[in-house]
Amino acid sequence: MRRHRLLLQLVLAGLLLALLGLLINNLTVNLFRTGLGLGFGWLARPAGFALAETALPYAPSDTYLWALTMGWLNSLKVILAGLVLATLLGITAGAARNSANRLLRCLAGSYVALIRQVPLLLQLLFWYFVAFLGLPELPVGGLIQLSNQGIHLLGLNLSVEFCAVLTGLTVFTGASIAEIVRGGINAVPRGQWEAFRSLGLDEGLGLRRIVLPQALPAILPALTSQYLNLAKNSTLAIAVGYADLYAVSDTTITQTGRAIEGFLLLLLSFLLLNLLISGGMAALNGAVLGRLRRSR
Amino acid sequence: MIRSSRRLLIGAIAAVASLFGGCASLDEVSSSRLDLVKQRGELLCGVSGKIPGFSFLSAEGAYTGLDVDICRAMAAAFLGDADKVQYRPLTAPERFTALRSGEIDLLSRNTTHTLSRDAVGGNGVGFAPVVFHDGQGLIVPADSGVTTLDELSGKAICVGSGTTTEQNLNDVFASKGIPYTPIKYQDLNQVVGGYLQGRCQAMTSDRSQLAAARSGFDEPNAHVILEDRLSKEPLAPAVAGGDQRFVDATTWVIYALIEAEERGITQANLDRQLRAAEADPTQGALRRFLGVDAGLGRKLGLPDDFVVQAIRATGHYGEIYDRHLGPRSPVAIPRGANRLAEDGGLMIAPPFT
Repeated sequence: MRRHRLLLQLVLAGLLLALLGLLINNLTVNLFRTGLGLGFGWLARPAGFALAETALPYAPSDTYLWALTMGWLNSLKVILAGLVLATLLGITAGAARNSANRLLRCLAGSYVALIRQVPLLLQLLFWYFVAFLGLPELPVGGLIQLSNQGIHLLGLNLSVEFCAVLTGLTVFTGASIAEIVRGGINAVPRGQWEAFRSLGLDEGLGLRRIVLPQALPAILPALTSQYLNLAKNSTLAIAVGYADLYAVSDTTITQTGRAIEGFLLLLLSFLLLNLLISGGMAALNGAVLGRLRRSR
Repeated sequence: MIRSSRRLLIGAIAAVASLFGGCASLDEVSSSRLDLVKQRGELLCGVSGKIPGFSFLSAEGAYTGLDVDICRAMAAAFLGDADKVQYRPLTAPERFTALRSGEIDLLSRNTTHTLSRDAVGGNGVGFAPVVFHDGQGLIVPADSGVTTLDELSGKAICVGSGTTTEQNLNDVFASKGIPYTPIKYQDLNQVVGGYLQGRCQAMTSDRSQLAAARSGFDEPNAHVILEDRLSKEPLAPAVAGGDQRFVDATTWVIYALIEAEERGITQANLDRQLRAAEADPTQGALRRFLGVDAGLGRKLGLPDDFVVQAIRATGHYGEIYDRHLGPRSPVAIPRGANRLAEDGGLMIAPPFT
């Protein structure tokens, strides 16, 4: 029986590899036919295109590698900010869905329902073309300035493109995180609520100190997938003119004609990024489980 | 147990991989895409689908435009039926991958002929002759008062990603030392959206596309196209590189459309001209061109009457131009450099001998 199963698995693995082999074979034959080998020498050549916003100094005379790095940093910037804000928003909305306050519950419920039904690309286009580009000149005090040319916030200059992507990703992912948090909280036995209430703790403190820590083991694994989704969804940024890694790769590929190398780099960059995220989350998950086990 | 099964798995992987590595067949390299098209009985044509006058989905649900008519002329010449075309709408970054992967046979999508795209070390595609001489321009709101590039210093300019427009923009502005902020979108519709919403003080694209986009604005007259030309953009159909037979066939179908205009052979008078050629053995050049005297088509791997088929389907080059870009079309673009050489333009066909 056991050998049987092993054989079946081997056959499946073999088929999968055959498919992979076929694809690689196709690739090599096609590259050979068009006279292109794989090569990465072009990375050292000047990019020749400007970028709207960069985290480090960049000029069009810099190399493609540096331009791609700028794109990667831009991606990283919006992803990290998105992770933090989406988590905050998600936890707030998720907790609000379990709130005793009826209005709060309704608000959070409609937020989740509305956002989950609409495709992210549409939401991004909405945030960009309707919300941010529709901004009139609004010098709200000296510290905050809003206009459709950019947003100045306490000395921080944010482009409308960045704001649109960040808002879109945060609001979209926040809705999914809210559901995960709600599910996690519901998984905590009702007795725990009754226990902290009988001790005289107020709702907020009880939620933070008693319920949420116990909900974490149910929340964290699902949260990881949402974080990875957020990172991957950030490539939609090009639709609203944000110079993320995908947008820069896109230009690079057209100018150099190195589509396969360009996509390989893109794949590797996202693999690296997502491995970092899932690695970090796995460590966090382990720590939480360990602490929980010790406290029992 | 687990370890040994894993070792077995790796062995199996190696075995299967080597099996497939061995059967890399390069026999197909010598065969032409043209044979595949004929065998399939259908031409897969990559178009934009979003540029009025060039390729645009009409209200009736069919693609129309100059680029589309090129596809139709090709299908007529190759297969004898202009309707045997399957259109694939492609974005700018997708197009060369689609061509290289074999998803399409012919790319007829506002593609600028450049060295990097032509060369084997670049995109390695094979270009047919230019079907539209375009040039990159900038459009600005008329009330901005901008008339020269210098006045755009430090301004945001909306540009489509994955096109030569982005590189040209930088080349020109960098050489003149004018700083600017590019706002890059993937799609022309988004470029237009960003520009109309006031995110950018100017929008850049080929002048033909600017004219086409402006025709859809609420107030077309409130926007002016600047005199400065940032580039020459000879737009040409393309096929996958390394396929001389297919390049030749597409090349000479386009030359046939130009030659037909030079000879004044139109869709309407084609049959009369054909009968005249058949009746008059002294008309050697005309008889060869129309395939009455066989021989030219065969050299290209096409039917001898390929010229007749193409003209019957779309008319000559001037007719195609007038239909989609002429003064009475919604996207009127003065013919300018696209006139025949004998009229002062750049269009000319080598001899059909």
